[in-house]
Amino acid sequence: MAAVDDLQFEEFGDATTSLAANPDATTISIEDPGETPKHQPGPPRGSGREEDDELLGNDDSDKTELLAGQKKSSPFWTFEYYQTFFDVDTYQVFDRIKGSLLPIPGKNFVRLYIRSNPDLYGPFWICATLVFAIAISGNLSNFLIHLGEKTYHYVPEFRKVSIAATIIYAYAWLVPLALWGFLVWRNSKVMNIVSYSFLEIVCVYGYSLFIYIPTAILWIIPQKAVRWILVTIALGISGSVLAMTFWPAVREDNRRIALATVVTIVLLHMLLSVGCLAYFFDAPEMDHLPATTAAPNQTVAAAKSH
Amino acid sequence: MRSRVREFDSSTLNESVQNTIMRDLKAVGKKFMHVLYPRKSNTLLRDWDLWGPLILCVTLALMLQRGSVDSEKDGGPQFAEVFVIIWFGAVTITLNSKLLGGNISFFQSLCVLGYCILPLTVAMLVCRLVLLAELGPINFMVRLFVVIVMFAWSIVASTAFLADSQPPNRKALAVYPVFLFYFVISWMILTFTPQ
Repeated sequence: MAAVDDLQFEEFGDATTSLAANPDATTISIEDPGETPKHQPGPPRGSGREEDDELLGNDDSDKTELLAGQKKSSPFWTFEYYQTFFDVDTYQVFDRIKGSLLPIPGKNFVRLYIRSNPDLYGPFWICATLVFAIAISGNLSNFLIHLGEKTYHYVPEFRKVSIAATIIYAYAWLVPLALWGFLVWRNSKVMNIVSYSFLEIVCVYGYSLFIYIPTAILWIIPQKAVRWILVTIALGISGSVLAMTFWPAVREDNRRIALATVVTIVLLHMLLSVGCLAYFFDAPEMDHLPATTAAPNQTVAAAKSH
Repeated sequence: MRSRVREFDSSTLNESVQNTIMRDLKAVGKKFMHVLYPRKSNTLLRDWDLWGPLILCVTLALMLQRGSVDSEKDGGPQFAEVFVIIWFGAVTITLNSKLLGGNISFFQSLCVLGYCILPLTVAMLVCRLVLLAELGPINFMVRLFVVIVMFAWSIVASTAFLADSQPPNRKALAVYPVFLFYFVISWMILTFTPQ
């Protein structure tokens, strides 16, 4: 339970001044004079969040949670509705990225960083960057691997950009949709303490894909061992972020179902990374340095030694 | 496709075609100069037009497309692909900056992003000329240097115009997609290989 002095009433001035004073505050602007002013606070979201709140050292988590009930109040056909999904500052995005890179055991990514303010900026632009990182790195690595071969003519392989985009965006949106549907279904059978909204799940998945951007760039190195070590590290980090986020949501459930859920999440993640590695990056035939001298002889020699 | 800033002069209906075309061409040329020597000015924003971006986009797409004989299935982009990337990229960046709370209008942002492709179009022209010479590592180094310089120029020009319209604590969030956009275009220019 939060301390009592956290709940004192705060005088909200102009939106801009209050934003200047407290960048974390949520402000609403009333455009239409015909609309009723929305001053009633949202209902507290369930006392079950106490145990996770203890892990947070932050005292304005209560304020944002109470105010969050008023956030998405515009109808969905107005522009302001979608602006609420981009209500993040630069430092918040950096914090969330940092949180996805350094998973701390016991701390929940959603509780700690998202805190009822899921954004779509991170997932969208991280996925876009990842698409181009994979396509460009794959192209570069294929170029470096086939550099000395006589019959090799460099092609930019532009088709692969659209294929990469389809794969990554489908993963980042359809898997959260399926997972959210599954959690809602289990929630109707077993009362879970922790439950996530669809946007929070999309947010976690989006930020957990960030580790793959430097991984894709490092996959240019045409060594099998290096690539598989990178896969393991990236999968370990992002898999643990996902596992630690979703474990509290299913642990009340039947033991087997909970384990199966978390294992499926990690397995799908592994499938994505291994699939991307296999499809976009050609296998390096040569185990030693790429051919820069006497290329045809080395290719023949390496083929013979296998 | 122009903003109605000009005074209401009914005699423009009776002027010769040459006058009309020259006036628009001069406006486009003036904006090209503003992009090549970027200072903080309002010209691109006040009198926005989309003729310049259209000319640049079509020129770039014509130069980037692969040959009509499609011998390999995985080559460079087609005309339509370049066109779509540029326009949809610009629209996405504009939507992103508006959603983040920027106070720039939709077409003003498209205008700035389109005009700032000018350095990269110049880079494409230079690369095409350089590719007429003998291929090799030196050839590649020259092209790489030109593309990098023009890429930096585009970024500087567009941030000079766009940065002020963003809320101060979200500037980096609004500028990063512009960086990604010009990076992708630069990559397409750099990896262009003649058949």
